[in-house]
Amino acid sequence: MTFSGWLQIILFCAIVLALVKPLGAYLTAVLGGGRIWLSPVFRPIERGLYRLAGTREDEEQHWLAYTLAMLAFSLVGFLALYAIQRLQGVLPLNPAGMVNLPADLAFNTAASFVSNTNWQSYGGESTMSYLTQMAGLTVQNFVSAATGIAIAVALIRAFARKSVKTLGNFWVDMTRATLYVLLPLCIVLTLVYVALGVPQTLGAYVSAKTLEGADQVIAVGPVASQLAIKMLGTNGGGFFNANSAHPFENPGALVNMIQMVSIFAIGAALTNVFGRMVGDERQGWAILSAMGLLFIAGVAVCYWAEAAGNPLVHALGLDGGNMEGKEARFGIALSALFAVITTAASCGAVNAMHDSFMALGGMIPLINMMLGEIVVGGVGAGLYGALLFVVVSIFVAGLMVGRTPEYLGKKIEAKEVKMAMLALLILPLVMLGLTAVAVVLPTGVASMANPGPHGFAEVLYAYVSAAANNGSAFGGLSANTPWYNTTLGLAMLMGRFLMIVPVMALAGSLVTKKTVPASAGTFPTHGPLFVGLLIGVIMIVGGLEFFPALALGPIVEHLATVAGQTF
Amino acid sequence: MTQSRSSSLLDPSILFPALGGAFRKLDPRSLARNPVMFVVAVVSVLTTVLFVKDLAVGAENLGFSFQIILWLWFTVFFANFAEAVAEGRGKAQADSLRRTRTETEGKLIGADGKSFKLVPGTSLKVGDLVLVEAGDIIPSDGEVVEGVASVNEAAITGESAPVIRESGGDRSAVTGGTQVLSDWIRVRITAAAGSTFIDRMISLVEGAERQKTPNEIALNILLAGMTLIFVFAVVSIPSFASYAGGSIPVAVLVALFVTLIPTTIGALLSAIGIAGMDRLVRFNVLAMSGRAVEAAGDVDTLLLDKTGTITLGNRQATEFRALRGVPENELADAAQLASLADETPEGRSITVLAKEKYNIRARDMGTLNATFVPFTAQSRMSGVDLDGSSIHKGAVEAVLRHVGNGAGSEAVRELQSIADEIAKAGGTPLGVAKDGKLLGVIYLKDIVKGGIRERFAELRRMGIRTVMITGDNPMTAAAIAAEAGVDDFLAQATPENKLDLIREEQAKGKLVAMCGDGTNDAPALAQADVGVAMNTGTVAAREAGNMVDLDSDPTKLIEIVEIGKQLLMTRGALTTFSIANDIAKYFAIIPAMFLAFYPQLGALNIMGLASPQSAILSAIIFNALIIVALIPLSLKGVAYRAVGAGALLRRNLLIYGLGGIVVPFVGIKAIDLVITALGLA
Repeated sequence: MTFSGWLQIILFCAIVLALVKPLGAYLTAVLGGGRIWLSPVFRPIERGLYRLAGTREDEEQHWLAYTLAMLAFSLVGFLALYAIQRLQGVLPLNPAGMVNLPADLAFNTAASFVSNTNWQSYGGESTMSYLTQMAGLTVQNFVSAATGIAIAVALIRAFARKSVKTLGNFWVDMTRATLYVLLPLCIVLTLVYVALGVPQTLGAYVSAKTLEGADQVIAVGPVASQLAIKMLGTNGGGFFNANSAHPFENPGALVNMIQMVSIFAIGAALTNVFGRMVGDERQGWAILSAMGLLFIAGVAVCYWAEAAGNPLVHALGLDGGNMEGKEARFGIALSALFAVITTAASCGAVNAMHDSFMALGGMIPLINMMLGEIVVGGVGAGLYGALLFVVVSIFVAGLMVGRTPEYLGKKIEAKEVKMAMLALLILPLVMLGLTAVAVVLPTGVASMANPGPHGFAEVLYAYVSAAANNGSAFGGLSANTPWYNTTLGLAMLMGRFLMIVPVMALAGSLVTKKTVPASAGTFPTHGPLFVGLLIGVIMIVGGLEFFPALALGPIVEHLATVAGQTF
Repeated sequence: MTQSRSSSLLDPSILFPALGGAFRKLDPRSLARNPVMFVVAVVSVLTTVLFVKDLAVGAENLGFSFQIILWLWFTVFFANFAEAVAEGRGKAQADSLRRTRTETEGKLIGADGKSFKLVPGTSLKVGDLVLVEAGDIIPSDGEVVEGVASVNEAAITGESAPVIRESGGDRSAVTGGTQVLSDWIRVRITAAAGSTFIDRMISLVEGAERQKTPNEIALNILLAGMTLIFVFAVVSIPSFASYAGGSIPVAVLVALFVTLIPTTIGALLSAIGIAGMDRLVRFNVLAMSGRAVEAAGDVDTLLLDKTGTITLGNRQATEFRALRGVPENELADAAQLASLADETPEGRSITVLAKEKYNIRARDMGTLNATFVPFTAQSRMSGVDLDGSSIHKGAVEAVLRHVGNGAGSEAVRELQSIADEIAKAGGTPLGVAKDGKLLGVIYLKDIVKGGIRERFAELRRMGIRTVMITGDNPMTAAAIAAEAGVDDFLAQATPENKLDLIREEQAKGKLVAMCGDGTNDAPALAQADVGVAMNTGTVAAREAGNMVDLDSDPTKLIEIVEIGKQLLMTRGALTTFSIANDIAKYFAIIPAMFLAFYPQLGALNIMGLASPQSAILSAIIFNALIIVALIPLSLKGVAYRAVGAGALLRRNLLIYGLGGIVVPFVGIKAIDLVITALGLA
């Protein structure tokens, strides 16, 4: 580990922290429904959209109506995206002449983008037409992120409001999040990326003659615009197969830093939105502190593991850290940092091959995703995931002060515990269940590139990434097979929607409750004690069940490597 | 009381029957009430069946599997045992009570009010008068209408020291089944057979259909959820192992599963609930439901009656304030003479003050040839006539009216200003006049109970607001409220504004507790979240409340709140402990489980356990024994301290959270050493 490596990590944290308050204030204003400085530009469009859809924006929804609206919207998006992929060969904007996708791949990709996962079983530049990329994938990049924000805001309102039945209007929340937050930020970011050397064109791929005189087709396209939303919406689906390791998708250190910051920006700011809306910003900071400590710990382990390097390679007389699968222009510190950020935040964009990380270095991204990506997390999804753990922490610890547990004055009772546990059950069920099937099924094993614990880790990583809606991959697995396309697609849909429904039911129950005023008998949820408790519960309730799987994957691989053994 | 509580914890007369009870609770219908233990029982049956199959084919490692199965069953058994012990403590009392109830005979007093005839206790009706003499068992619940007696209430309270029960006052209620030790009392029966306190207690402690409280249900859901999560974790292992080229015996998987799921709290949960109710019973408080006990822990606002709770029952004279030119001695002397025949507590306190402060000895009315002028509602004064002179004392206005214009306007003004001063300070002024001349004022004061201020400070630290309820005027109420240190007061209280106050607090989301005894308290008792009716109180009040205090001691509200908090805390602490235990169990079992095909994982055996088999056995033995080790804690409850929620949480997290992580490391290692030494694995 180097001083400059840590300096860059600290610089990243400082920028994200500096953005939390201003962005939080802006998001609060947008989602509160008031006028903001962009209103003169976007308000007419917003009103036009509502008129077109027949939505009455002042009509608030009950939790079930909100949830059904979200599900219907996602279903339509899913079907549209599936259709575009199946028909892209006959649709316009296809200069590279891409053919229609097979059913399993189209299903997988549609599930992937609707669930904000962006798992890519395909290589973008060799599979997707411009139309599919822009009208299909990029649209979902926006609206799936906006959906996440909408769900998070509905849950925040459940804590902030008292004794009412409604949580807001899904259509309004989703529209405003897209129109006032994602769209303007992406326009600015796109221009910045273009200025820094990222291509943005609808022209055909460029042909070039190499020095050896061979012909090379260089893929280009509307990269910058998709890059902007890929990061900001924690989508992670790269325009190119190599994702943010590709020189066109991540030309240098400055673009790299902007990408990393934009992954965390909205997720971190939403904790501040939470604090503001419940009337006590410290509550938001407490949650962000717990996230931040878990993040720093992850970065430290990952960076340490990568910087320490591979003892098997050292034995051959090659000193230094592990540079396999890393871009020289980013180096070890920024690759490790990027890997932790992208898995902490449900993004899934990569600037290095996670498969080539050291066993422990690769274990950190795995753990981040297993915990449900609540370390800052995907836009919206991170906050509502973290609030599930808050509910469980409050319930267990709140009892220890001798009262019916309450959070922000809302009593946590049987219904809330039930919904929180239901939501928390989904991830281990999908991640462990599907991995268990895949590693004994001949079709599953056939796709593995590596034997032994590392091969196991690749399959585990795939299902963990899919269920957590991350989308990054341990590259060794050939996932573009009917088995993996189908099961991973299902994992993504379950990890997203089977989690959201109980979260919304939780919100529906909380919003109807009275708010008990705080007293000396209610324990404070903004102090270090609560932060420590939350971290403990996240690790024990959210993490312990994965210990056997981790032991059989990265941990045994690490111990074997240290002992000089390969598989 | 503490003594009897701790001694009965390990009482063999409870422990032995509990062993039998633990076996009876193996009934699947009884097990199904507890999701965690039901799951343990199911996997125990599964492994037992597999074991029998293995036995038939003569598989290897049978001794090891047998030990695991044994400890699995012990885990279920210990959980049943914990519940049986908790129930047994109440049941033992109920059994002895039921015996006394059937054998009791009552001495029913006849219409003449003197003669009595022996009738069976169960035939007594509400309103019947009975005589109970030394050695008799009181036949049914009732109220003492005449006499004083010492009563042994050990049968219901477990407290062997006798208590005094007397007519009038707040100790007039007696409970059927208790025994009069000395003297005699006449008792008016207030409960018919089948609805007495003992009947209710029997149904409460024996009710196998005990309702789960809301918080208990929520906790059960959490535990069921955790259990499911670990089902996923364990069920996926065989497939992971088969990929790695190994296989894991079912007994080992079951051992891992049972040690990971929250068996500790699952086993003790119902014992904690039963013990909480039991603690109240031992405190002479009968809760109609577990829900009420839980609500007590959540109380935000406590409504306390001034008289009897905050102040001693009666006002007392604390000072004589003479007018200018009147010697204090003269005033004291006159006041004492006027009070000699006054048997009210106020009157008695005046003679006491005169003696203590002015050394004026009590005199005898007869030898003084004095005539007492009793208090009437019209005169609002009392007094004495002797040797041709007459002394009057009473309400200041009444005394002024009595003396009329005889006193100078100067003296009237002075008397009035002294009286106002006293009223402002929360006291009651009594004017004294002798032969039409104003002498001065007696300062009657409400005496705030010793230590009550500290109790209120403690409640404030617990986050509970106290509101004093009094019929006094606002000025007096404010002064007493300030002296006692309550947070707020309701002066000139009526049943209506009391009810309004409760509704107002509840609208703010607060939980309110109060106690009351009169029929006009009934609406407020019913409205309050925790309504404690005094046993001496009217039937209406007792029906309206959700708790009955047998001692009729309103101060107990504070202890009731503490018991409620203790119940919730004990659940939280043991849940935390149970979950935190998992870390050590993983480190014991995971390396042992996978060692055969991944020897590298031996590095995770940080406890240095002797062999894979001893590691797995130690973990499951620890898991079973910790249940037994924690039974006393679950029955006694985690100590509550009024230190504020933050400090309390820090303390409990340290003990049960951090302790929960560390203790199993030590315990499993110790068990490993023992079973290795014994050659069990």
